[in-house]
Amino acid sequence: MALDELLDTSKIGWINSTGPDSDIVITSRVRLARNLKDVPFPHLLNRLQAKEVIEMVYKAFLSNAVLSKDARLYYMEDLSETEKNLLVEMHFISPDLARDDRGAVIISSDRRISVMINEEDHLRIQCIFSGLDPQGAYDLASRVDDVLEEQLDFAFDEQLGYLTACPTNVGTGIRVSVMMHLPVLTMLKQVDRMFSTMAQLGLVVRGLYGEGTESWGNLYQISNQITLGKSEEDIIQNLLSVAGQIIASERQARRNLNGEERLRLEDRILRSYGILTNSRLLSTQEAMRYISDVRLGVDLGIIKNLKPEELNNLFITAGPSYIQEVFKKTMTPLERDLNRANLLRQKLLR
Amino acid sequence: MRCDECKKRQATVHITKIVNGEKTLLHLCEQCAKEKSIFDVSFEFEGEPFSMQKFLAGFFEPIMREFHEKSQPLSCEGCGLTFPRFSQIGRFGCSRCYEAFKGQLDPMLRRLHGKTYHVGKVPRKRGGRMRIKSEIERLKRELQEAVNAEEYERAAVLRDKIKELEQKLGRD
Ligand SMILES: [Zn+2]
Ligand SMILES: [Zn+2]
Repeated sequence: MALDELLDTSKIGWINSTGPDSDIVITSRVRLARNLKDVPFPHLLNRLQAKEVIEMVYKAFLSNAVLSKDARLYYMEDLSETEKNLLVEMHFISPDLARDDRGAVIISSDRRISVMINEEDHLRIQCIFSGLDPQGAYDLASRVDDVLEEQLDFAFDEQLGYLTACPTNVGTGIRVSVMMHLPVLTMLKQVDRMFSTMAQLGLVVRGLYGEGTESWGNLYQISNQITLGKSEEDIIQNLLSVAGQIIASERQARRNLNGEERLRLEDRILRSYGILTNSRLLSTQEAMRYISDVRLGVDLGIIKNLKPEELNNLFITAGPSYIQEVFKKTMTPLERDLNRANLLRQKLLR
Repeated sequence: MRCDECKKRQATVHITKIVNGEKTLLHLCEQCAKEKSIFDVSFEFEGEPFSMQKFLAGFFEPIMREFHEKSQPLSCEGCGLTFPRFSQIGRFGCSRCYEAFKGQLDPMLRRLHGKTYHVGKVPRKRGGRMRIKSEIERLKRELQEAVNAEEYERAAVLRDKIKELEQKLGRD
């Protein structure tokens, strides 16, 4: 099955809506790890067994007519490399799921739910919401969990909670992440300092597309690390309070810019807009930088003809695989940069 | 960010080191992180989940070695995985591994999560008792926090709730 439908970003909830604090927080994501009782974990399954797991989970998902209405199942083995990379870029699946062709993913019609099957665990139930709304994302993920649990026997231990392939996820099996856009804190070199505080609070930060803590487009993802001995509510509250502090500092830092600093930033933002609307060639990394500037320009009221949601869309458009899927072909890096520049220009000047 | 250890490679792992209850943060490259975790057991990992996989192996090694001296390697009846093998790949083979390696698991969980018991969601199928027990656990922790913060009114409310649930548990 082709992925054409998924390329249509107008159908993706988190891209087109603006949740709480969406001037800084792009998305909130919750992922629940679950495993089937008495079935070896995915890395020990052969193809046949892996397929059985996929079928069992899909059948269980279909048992709820509302959730599963128009949902799609994609087998990793049926997808091309570019298609899989696109699903990663759009945050429907993890790089780990894409790497192994024994897995599959169910994506709901509103694109808010994706259930990864045979990733590190048998099930990874994932929900993405716009803005700072981890509770909303958890409530939906938990509902999907309830539906699946009615049909399937999950590995659960009274003392240890939900049993996972890796003991780093045992207990609640929950990972809550918020993706934040922090251009001014990054510019003021305050992000590294923040990261160190974060680790002490049991949270982990990483850049969105770059390796390690390097970040493209000033996008950072903050997630909980501890899954055992804390309830889902506590984990969400902890993340919310830390996110709240970061949002406040980014906003404060934006307000504090004045005089020459502010002028230089405005200049940079408008130049970036100029480059995005005039370039013939743009790499992903470069495009991300300019899109981040323009997004900041929109948030600061310097650029008035664009809406923040349109910038979310551009972040996805700039990804390495999106371009190749739109044009349905594998491209050389030069062709990619050319088509990317064209598409971004069209979307900006529409 | 450069690695604190070799000062050359990009730091991709962020580790909290705990000495006498004092936490220090280290930023390391994968290679240095792996070397460190093998020789120093006071490390707590904060790395990102999937790149972490790679050096989990190194991370579990000291625990495994400690254990190795004490007893024979055993294997899980469910999937045949041995503990040395687990320490190499950083993943269990099936849910029964948790039972099979119970002895080695506690120090590991304490290091990863600071706790060894679950608090939170319980599958509906597990029935009411389990849910009530876990709710009592949660309330007790909240009570402790309230007492520590000297919020005695909140503590009193929590104490009543716990009592009520414990009675309910006794009746069933
Ligand atoms: Zn190093
Ligand atoms: Zn096992």
